[in-house]
Amino acid sequence: MGPLAPNELISENTNFLLAFFIGIAFGFVLESSGFSSSRKLAGIFYGYDTVVLKVFFTGAITCMLGLLFMGLFGWIDLDLIYVNPTYLTSAIVGGIVMGAGFIMGGFCPGTSFCGAAIGKIDAMVFIGGLFLGIYGFAFTYGWWEKLYMAHYLGEPKVSTILGLSDGLFGLLLILAALAMFVVAEWAEKKFPREAY
Amino acid sequence: MSTSKEIRSKSYLNPYLGGVLLGLVLLSANFIAGRGLGASGAVKSVVATSIKAVDKNAVNTMPFMAEYAESHGGNPMKSWLVFEMLGVLVGGFISGALAGRLKLKVEHSPKISSRRRLIFALAGGILFGFGSQLGRGCTSGAALSGMAVLSLGGFITMMAIFGTAYALAFFFRKNWI
Repeated sequence: MGPLAPNELISENTNFLLAFFIGIAFGFVLESSGFSSSRKLAGIFYGYDTVVLKVFFTGAITCMLGLLFMGLFGWIDLDLIYVNPTYLTSAIVGGIVMGAGFIMGGFCPGTSFCGAAIGKIDAMVFIGGLFLGIYGFAFTYGWWEKLYMAHYLGEPKVSTILGLSDGLFGLLLILAALAMFVVAEWAEKKFPREAY
Repeated sequence: MSTSKEIRSKSYLNPYLGGVLLGLVLLSANFIAGRGLGASGAVKSVVATSIKAVDKNAVNTMPFMAEYAESHGGNPMKSWLVFEMLGVLVGGFISGALAGRLKLKVEHSPKISSRRRLIFALAGGILFGFGSQLGRGCTSGAALSGMAVLSLGGFITMMAIFGTAYALAFFFRKNWI
């Protein structure tokens, strides 16, 4: 049955319409969780607010479990699900540059659109920065092309690399997340949290 | 000065409930479109469209546009992520309106000025935009969606983003605490 669009059970235009509705749900959940506030987001790096960790990992795990079970029940063909390719060098270098942007700007791209939607001027300026950064990349692409394409490993799953089944890796990931949640709850009690 | 409004405007969803809902949204995206969520890809589409509009020949002269055309056929604005991100603006607005959080303002720590906050927001945006191109996606597309499908690259990018932000947190502490 699923995924619907790759199996051509819905048309391209229906898929775009559903993308809009999925986006509404995405934006709604992010904003209601407090992701429209850079001060709340940055809290994860100082321990005073760990909402990012909790929402992010609970979200990833929920979806991962959903996909694993739906695959098991035959409701979805996991071979048709897009798995991000791994270009080792650019995944690391890109992540480092993004991490610097995160601690300076206090937003990531998705959350900045949420912030802008409720009137945060700092989020709008951040989005302006996103455009500049992507234009910058576009016009200097030639300089980075080698780095961008280096160490292509295909589309490996981390479970495969570790020699574990997807289910066992999923279980370990859940246990790791639970451990992090315990630390997060402790940190929020330990570090002062001012009202903002 | 009504305190009930103050409290209401600060009440956020329980983060674990928010996480489960986020996971269900991400799961629906995978079930419907066979792909996860994203954000920076929509900005990239707008950038590619604008370059194409100014220079029709860019696809032949600019390696970035050639690479983009190869991986994204057709009209760049007719992309799943563009429609999804338009939805994010609507959904964020609705949530903010319901919670009484709609307000035009620069949010910053009382210890820094608005100007300083905006300069850092701009610099952070530039770095995040640039990095999302190298990393083939941002926190949404590479880290969150990648992790949910157990992509090795997704895990690596996630660790690089958060690891770097933690490593640099000390130097930018004045902005936040």
